[in-house]
Amino acid sequence: MAQASQEQGAVGIADPDEDSPNMIAYRKIEDIITRLQDETEGVPVRTVKSFLSKIPSVVTGSDIVQWMMKNLNIDDPAEAIHIGSLIAAQGYMFPISDHVLTLKDDGTLYRFQAPYFWPSNCWEPENTDYAIYLCKRTMQNKTRLELADYEAENLARLQRAFARKWEFIFMQAEAQVKIDRKKDKTERKIVDSQERAFWDVHRPVPGCVNTTEMDIRKCRRLKNPQRVKKSVYGVVDDTQTQSPVHTPSQQSGKDTREDVEKEILFLNTQLDRHCMKMSKVAETLMIYTEQYLDYDPFVTLPDPANPWISDDVTFWELEASKDPSQPRVKKWGFSLDEALKDPVGREQFLKFLESEFSSENLLFWLAVQDLKCRPLQEVAARAQEIWQEFLAEGAPNAINLDSHSYERTSQNLKDPGRYSFEDAQDHIYKLMKSDSYPRFLRSNAYQDLLLARKKPETEQGRRTSLEKFTRSVGKSLTSKRLTGLMQSS
Amino acid sequence: MCDQTFLAITFGPCDNCSQNKPLMNIYLKNEPINYCSLCVELMACQGLAKGETIHTLKAESETLKTKLEEERAKLHDVELHQVAEKIEALGQFVMKTRRTLKGHGNKVLCVDWCRDKRRIVSSSQDGKVIVWDAYTTNKEHAVTMPCTWVMACAYAPSGCAVACGGLDNKCSVYPLSLDKNENLAAKKKSVAMHTNYLSSCSFTNSDMQILTSSGDGTCALWDVESGQLLQSFHGHSADVLSLNLAPSETGNTFVSGGCDKKANVWDMRSGQNVQSFETHESDINSVKYYPSGDAFATGSDDATCRLYDLRADREVAIYSKESIIFGASSVDFSLSGRLLFAGYNDYTINVWDVLKGTRVAILFGHENRVSTVRVSPDGTAFCSGSWDNTLRIWA
Repeated sequence: MAQASQEQGAVGIADPDEDSPNMIAYRKIEDIITRLQDETEGVPVRTVKSFLSKIPSVVTGSDIVQWMMKNLNIDDPAEAIHIGSLIAAQGYMFPISDHVLTLKDDGTLYRFQAPYFWPSNCWEPENTDYAIYLCKRTMQNKTRLELADYEAENLARLQRAFARKWEFIFMQAEAQVKIDRKKDKTERKIVDSQERAFWDVHRPVPGCVNTTEMDIRKCRRLKNPQRVKKSVYGVVDDTQTQSPVHTPSQQSGKDTREDVEKEILFLNTQLDRHCMKMSKVAETLMIYTEQYLDYDPFVTLPDPANPWISDDVTFWELEASKDPSQPRVKKWGFSLDEALKDPVGREQFLKFLESEFSSENLLFWLAVQDLKCRPLQEVAARAQEIWQEFLAEGAPNAINLDSHSYERTSQNLKDPGRYSFEDAQDHIYKLMKSDSYPRFLRSNAYQDLLLARKKPETEQGRRTSLEKFTRSVGKSLTSKRLTGLMQSS
Repeated sequence: MCDQTFLAITFGPCDNCSQNKPLMNIYLKNEPINYCSLCVELMACQGLAKGETIHTLKAESETLKTKLEEERAKLHDVELHQVAEKIEALGQFVMKTRRTLKGHGNKVLCVDWCRDKRRIVSSSQDGKVIVWDAYTTNKEHAVTMPCTWVMACAYAPSGCAVACGGLDNKCSVYPLSLDKNENLAAKKKSVAMHTNYLSSCSFTNSDMQILTSSGDGTCALWDVESGQLLQSFHGHSADVLSLNLAPSETGNTFVSGGCDKKANVWDMRSGQNVQSFETHESDINSVKYYPSGDAFATGSDDATCRLYDLRADREVAIYSKESIIFGASSVDFSLSGRLLFAGYNDYTINVWDVLKGTRVAILFGHENRVSTVRVSPDGTAFCSGSWDNTLRIWA
């Protein structure tokens, strides 16, 4: 099958259907099915003697499973059984004594489906056909062809639905029986079973998966309604309109001149891009993963235990507490992003910046983040507020921007939008990342949390108040120094 | 056009050269015009010239593509899995279904986690959107949409609303009320309007903006309160099936994948397509960023999942097996990015070692296609939704 499609490609006939998702899977299955039936490399398909009759052209389930494990590189028989069952459910092979299409790893006998009935032929058989089939089955007086309960129910339903044209259906069924009688006995056994398996796919046993169901998002792209086969018995149901899934594709797919020009522009931009070597890329991916491996509950068992497994929510309760665990504090040290992502981390960083009198940077960054989250109608006003607070002349929380960014931001504010402060925010972020953030990680406050230095209750009380005192003294001293400096300059 | 022996129906001033001549009544872009035969011939020749230019342009485009591939190949000095040989292999995994959520009457199409790490919202072909406490398996809210095939749903960052849509071509936001008796449908807000089905939706960092992708080939960013379109993203030549926002706090980009086999990276501010990747052989059903934001994974109908790195501007890994025949419908990373969970149309979930490229587990359980896979916000579990009408929580 794979060969056939290659030849088709060589001739230049691009069959758009070959690209469709279903067809890709079908061609792969057909390749497997062809290999399975290969004379030398495939499974032993033979005639099995049973009581007074012979069962032609069958193979055992276990033979198929064994072959799949060997030829498809499968270690686990469960996997082979699973794929085999899917191939059966799609309609490429079937158990001869069961309507339910699964593969079993035992002596159950299977037969391969005739290419005529393969799903890749885009079958969409209609109910008239199914009615003819069930009707024909009732005409043949053989126990092995007796209708199953669900089939009898289906037939009754169809008789009601097609009451007016039942005579026509009956006649068609009779005609089919006549044709079938002419066939050789062995051939009939095989074809009968294949026909039944076909209907097991398109009218499955209740409770079984209907593998002909399609993903509605992909339906539109079946471009060729002519390919769809609607009747097994050559009878077209004129009452049914064209299937709604076959409306022609809306997108023309033809490239306009503009499209190609855009593409050229895009490609030129990509050529200018400075890219990283694969070895470097691999290293960075590995380093990142390695760093977070301890935090990945699927790789490192969490402590306390994973709530989903232990049915105990302590893990979540701890995460939600304001008292951060040591591993959580450690994560803040991975990147500025991590520190900012965690509300407690953000709080700690802000506290630290306050102690260094540079909290306006983080406050600005947070304000701009918030701006981007506001509803559209609030944006302009909020942007002005941010300007007033952080950038305008005499702003209470003035941030330090280079003149270039300042100019640009000022320009942006003439038509304020969510991205008016992008440049400024970027600049401030880089500043924090290279300057304040590393100092934060070296700070006592952070180190204490990191090394989980637990101070005893009473001492802590005393120390905190002492620390508070020294800090306040320090603040007033520093501010005095600053004003002193300013006065002198 | 070549046959000059036609019968002139009208005689008058030519629309083009203004001379009084026998006129040909022709249609140009569905507009009727009256040109004299000379002007018609001139126009035909120009048309030919235009056609030729398109050919030369296309040839130029092809040359550039080849050159780009050559340049990228120069930097491809090693394979990811080769470098990953030196790291420790992962141990045996015991992943089981820890919860099964039953309640949908038809195929589950989409699922999203709440930031509280235990609630989820799911949508189904039966038109219902259900909010569950997955930990207790209780249903907390249920909304019936006016259309079937609700293909997309998303939880708002605040946990106070959900967004959903599908065949109705819209994305609607429903605030979640604490009052169980309140009719959620009454408070619905229509936010996005596309010209074809809504395939995916996602809130940005706030409840105020939603990013959507559609079968009409576009993605769009919307202001929830006003329903206004903030930015649209054009570039895909077929349905866009999936999108994912970059994980960074400072990120302004997202990636989308579609039926044109392309994965595109977009700048949300300008609407520009900044990078594009086309190595899949069929529809890309799902895209998901690697946790660092430097790479992303895709799942496709060609039965493979692939990893693309943004700094290398290249595909860096393929996750496939001869025994995996059916398409991958949905992918997501574990917290560290070491594991990739992929749901397939063959009813299974395969777990891949992202760095080594090998499969570490295959999870059976669903009885029909797995349509969606999502890892919880703290990485303690992942949820799978299936055409068998159920959702499963795995850990």
